[in-house]
Amino acid sequence: MPNVTITVNGKSHTVDVAPETLLVELLREKLRLTGTHVGCDTSQCGACVVHVDGAAVKSCTMLAMTADGAKVTTIEGLANGSALHPMQEAFREHHGLQCGFCTPGMIMSAVDIVNRKGSELDEHTIREELEGNICRCTGYHNIVKAVAAGAKAMKGGAKPARAAE
Amino acid sequence: MSATGIGAAVRRKEDQRFITGSGNYTSDITRPGEVRAYFVRSPHAHATIKKVNTKAAEKMPGVVAVLTGADLANDKIGGLICGWAITSKDGTPMKMGAHPAVAADKVRCVGDAVAVVLAETLRQARDAAEAVEVDYGVLPSVVDPAKAAAKGAPQIHDVAPNNMIYDWHLGDKAATDAAFASAKHVTKLDIINNRLVPNAMEPRAAIAEYDQGNDALTLWNTSQNPHVARLVISAFVGMAPEHKLRVIAPDVGGGFGSKIFIYPEEVVALWAARRVKRPVKWVSDRSEAFLTDAHGRDHVTKAELALDANHKITGLRVHTIANIGAYMSTFSSSVPTYLYATLLSGQYAIPAIYAEVDAVYTNTAPVDAYRGAGRPEATFVVERLVEVAARELGVDPAELRRKNFVKSFPHQTPVIMAYDAGDYDASLTKAMNMIDYKNFGQRKAASEKNGKLRGIGFSTYIEACGIAPSQAVGSLGAGVGLWESAEVRVNPTGSVEILTGSHSHGQGHETTFAQLVSDRLGVPIETVSIVHGDTDKVQFGMGTYGSRSGAVGMSAIVKALDKIEAKAKKVAGYMMEASGDDIEFKDGKFTVKGTDKSVGWGDVTLNAYIAHKFTGGQLEPGLKEGAFYDPTNFTFPAGCHIAEVEIDPETGKTTIANWVAVDDFGNIINPMIVEGQVHGGIAQGVGQALLEGAHYNSDGQLVTGSFMDYAMPRAADLPSFKVDTTLTPCPSNPLGIKGCGEAGAIASPAALINAITNAVGHENVPMPATPSTVWKAAQGGMKKAAE
Amino acid sequence: MYAFTYERPKNVDDAVKLLKKADDAKLLAGGQTLLPAMKLRLASPGTIVDLSGIKGLSGIKASSKAVVIGALTKHVEVMNSAEVQKSLPALAHLASVIGDPAVRNRGTIGGSLANNDPSADYPAAALGLGATIKTNKREIEADKFFKGLFETALGADEIIESVSFPVPEKAGYEKFRNPASRFALVGVFVSKGKDGARVAVTGAGESGVFRVKEMEAALGKDFSAKAIEGIKVPAKGMIADLHGTAEYRAHLIGVLARRAVAAAK
Repeated sequence: MPNVTITVNGKSHTVDVAPETLLVELLREKLRLTGTHVGCDTSQCGACVVHVDGAAVKSCTMLAMTADGAKVTTIEGLANGSALHPMQEAFREHHGLQCGFCTPGMIMSAVDIVNRKGSELDEHTIREELEGNICRCTGYHNIVKAVAAGAKAMKGGAKPARAAE
Repeated sequence: MSATGIGAAVRRKEDQRFITGSGNYTSDITRPGEVRAYFVRSPHAHATIKKVNTKAAEKMPGVVAVLTGADLANDKIGGLICGWAITSKDGTPMKMGAHPAVAADKVRCVGDAVAVVLAETLRQARDAAEAVEVDYGVLPSVVDPAKAAAKGAPQIHDVAPNNMIYDWHLGDKAATDAAFASAKHVTKLDIINNRLVPNAMEPRAAIAEYDQGNDALTLWNTSQNPHVARLVISAFVGMAPEHKLRVIAPDVGGGFGSKIFIYPEEVVALWAARRVKRPVKWVSDRSEAFLTDAHGRDHVTKAELALDANHKITGLRVHTIANIGAYMSTFSSSVPTYLYATLLSGQYAIPAIYAEVDAVYTNTAPVDAYRGAGRPEATFVVERLVEVAARELGVDPAELRRKNFVKSFPHQTPVIMAYDAGDYDASLTKAMNMIDYKNFGQRKAASEKNGKLRGIGFSTYIEACGIAPSQAVGSLGAGVGLWESAEVRVNPTGSVEILTGSHSHGQGHETTFAQLVSDRLGVPIETVSIVHGDTDKVQFGMGTYGSRSGAVGMSAIVKALDKIEAKAKKVAGYMMEASGDDIEFKDGKFTVKGTDKSVGWGDVTLNAYIAHKFTGGQLEPGLKEGAFYDPTNFTFPAGCHIAEVEIDPETGKTTIANWVAVDDFGNIINPMIVEGQVHGGIAQGVGQALLEGAHYNSDGQLVTGSFMDYAMPRAADLPSFKVDTTLTPCPSNPLGIKGCGEAGAIASPAALINAITNAVGHENVPMPATPSTVWKAAQGGMKKAAE
Repeated sequence: MYAFTYERPKNVDDAVKLLKKADDAKLLAGGQTLLPAMKLRLASPGTIVDLSGIKGLSGIKASSKAVVIGALTKHVEVMNSAEVQKSLPALAHLASVIGDPAVRNRGTIGGSLANNDPSADYPAAALGLGATIKTNKREIEADKFFKGLFETALGADEIIESVSFPVPEKAGYEKFRNPASRFALVGVFVSKGKDGARVAVTGAGESGVFRVKEMEAALGKDFSAKAIEGIKVPAKGMIADLHGTAEYRAHLIGVLARRAVAAAK
């Protein structure tokens, strides 16, 4: 069986995988990082979003083999020890989650939006940028508020999202 | 109000694990030695099973076993059941066909399981499933409920001739016919309440483990009500005695009704685990979920409203055909009957109502409760009728509503329900002010200037929640009581564990229930934990659905807390050498009335356990109490939603310009969580009205079988909502709570379709009002305007 | 997913050798279409040749005459490229409305063109600008590249290396999304270049992306929305499904073409 070497949340792993293994399967089943979820099989729901070399990626639509040599950040690696990432904090503060299943992907996408678009995000931009993340609980209302607030907080000297990668 | 007590927007305790990726959903769990299960499913909507050949599959790498419907029958595993008995007009009981967890003789919908493969890995199981040879004798199928009972339609279950499960009715036919005979105006509508797929983001999953030493089974599953699952799987399926079956529903990623029911896959997982003596894990793919989760709605309705010369509603007549699907799911029979027709009076004083409901089998996935369950269908009927009546009569739709509102309480409707409290005028007025109704004309003119159509639509809804008095639902056919249980365990150090039969799958019980305890006992919210979802921990419970956890589940906690307080006072009495009757309890402190003698919560809890201040003859040591709460009535949340839309007539795209929701949920424990429930409910209702529709083709294939074809609401499809409340406390439970979980989904489809039809200028806009549909409607509307 | 053999060549020649060696090999670029198809077991290649290890196949070069984009260039790179935004803003816009941000972070222009999904965006740009697709073997004009649903002129051992888009005077792209998949229900790319106007439509045609010659003729004379107001595209040959009838799609082509012309830069 071939192997991949991958750095996840700052820690390097060399893992034997079958070629058909998806990145999300590597994360969930081999590394037991079950915070990254699978909510669909057509690459649409975004519950599986992680950062690969600093960019948001649907980990259900990337082979683990392709991620060989990559630096991956998952929801488990976002907080700095016990200090939550400002986007995590914002989701709690603004009630941006209910059942929590879409939340890891939602937060990882939100951090990616800020990385790409900066910290001053209007409602329209946030809604458009959340195109690839489906939530069934919140009606997005509070997610949009959380992303806007999290973005502002990220600017305020909080730990940059990519530091862990 | 304390910062963590009742009424405070306390940030959720459960969020820490969800935002850090530390949640524990069923699919996150692995058990040592587990095998993966993959189902062989029917590609045909209706077929006999002539032969299942598993030989080739059994030889595939990693395969542990291939089990069929015949194996299931040999092992005498019983079928699934519907637990609510409905009686037809002629007094005959509903006609429930058998529902084996794995089909042996016949498949009745695409996705029906015919075999299950257990293998070391999921891919091996899936590969082997493709090697299972099934010889089908394909039969004609029917998917349209309106055609299911027609002469010559394929017969799905032998026990139900013409596929008719029941033809049921409610109300006074003669009085209603008389009202129509003397009506000044009659408004008629043909309505299809579109079929929906609940699509909780977490797909269903089950892990079963067999403990040989104790001959006991454990099931981890994605359930809204693990105790009911255990009861059904034990008593009806006959899997194992109740005390030998443990069901754990850990973190559950949304339910919306679809995870109430007992499904074949969890039965199979248990059975297979015992057979192969290894843990069995099954996790649904989304594609599989589309085929096998219970769907919602799917009504075909003819509805009529009678009004007199003064525009007073005098009668309502409804005939509905309800699609139950290929099998009767757990609560399917109750949804188009007692959860639907009983709400047809809406917020209005209607003297005569008559509803007929025909429930039919079709070759589609089972249909059961989905957020609102019957009440969105009822609200859609009533609120469309009233809006259209206003348009036909040339009166303001708000005024027609106001004129007909129930204004004094209690109010007995002609369809069972006795409304206990409400102020419908207040929510309508507040909503109209919030959306600036009086200046709608200006906004419409501005839209028209830009080549856009603008419309506004109301929905003044009512629902019945907090289901419900056990005796009442028992008399209506329910197979279970609908009380709730609670146990309060106070530890010696004063921390509190609440064991509840309610189940949280997004509703935030770990926070709101703790707020209640913090408020009542004066203890920090951090010292309260909520235990739920495990039949070994919580003795029994009825679970979470029907917006019942606040009104019923928390009432049970209140009752148990009453007992805790009484006992703690006795302990405090012994500590301060006073009678328990002379002890006052406030803010976590026990005081001897009229003195400054007091002891704190922690002292009392410790003394309850060390028992040094009283003898066993005087008082039992410990501080643990339980209670069962059976409600005395349904609760009746009500309110007004107003939708304002702008439509691009060239593309048919509808944009929601404004949304206002004013709800009366009675007393509110946590306004932040309540608002979140409203937002989510509206989004699902908007989904139904604008985007979502499960569609089977005439061969019974689900055309909308993935998110590629089934349109889920995304962030950009929705606006920010303006949400507010009015308050009439619920008189029938100790907290005055009505429930908020379903209101948004109940109210919103009618508001949105009323707004769209207002914009395009005619009433024929089916749901979902996709751009293509609205474009066509807008063409018709413009033609009509030009005539 | 079925099992397959995985290869990650370092250069195009090795990739071609691998394609020749296995008769059921598939190239993997960004994987945003191929992997979902494989997950649903709708595609089952015996060998996956992952192109992500090949250097030099991505990047953007713009001159006053053409914008040349390497096959492995990701959508996000095209949409954010200052050069593309300056020379061919319609193409940057098109890239920005493909899929969603995570898909744009992986999906590539070469993958999109080679797959030729009837609802994909890039084929409309290639055809609507008269692009040239350069492979390891030859250069193919866009007009000869797209051969119907998921069919292209590419040979079994042919790999797209880059795409050259001539810089037009003006171009615009309007996309109307399918409410479920968010692919184009209809997308119309219009351009005005030295050889006249082009109008290319994706999402609507039963045989994939196509040009609307009647509109092109009218726009060639007068590149304005008004010039094509009266032109109706026939519904025959249009996709009809749950999301839109053939008539609706045909109608949308007119609406979107006018909007694309009006917004063209």
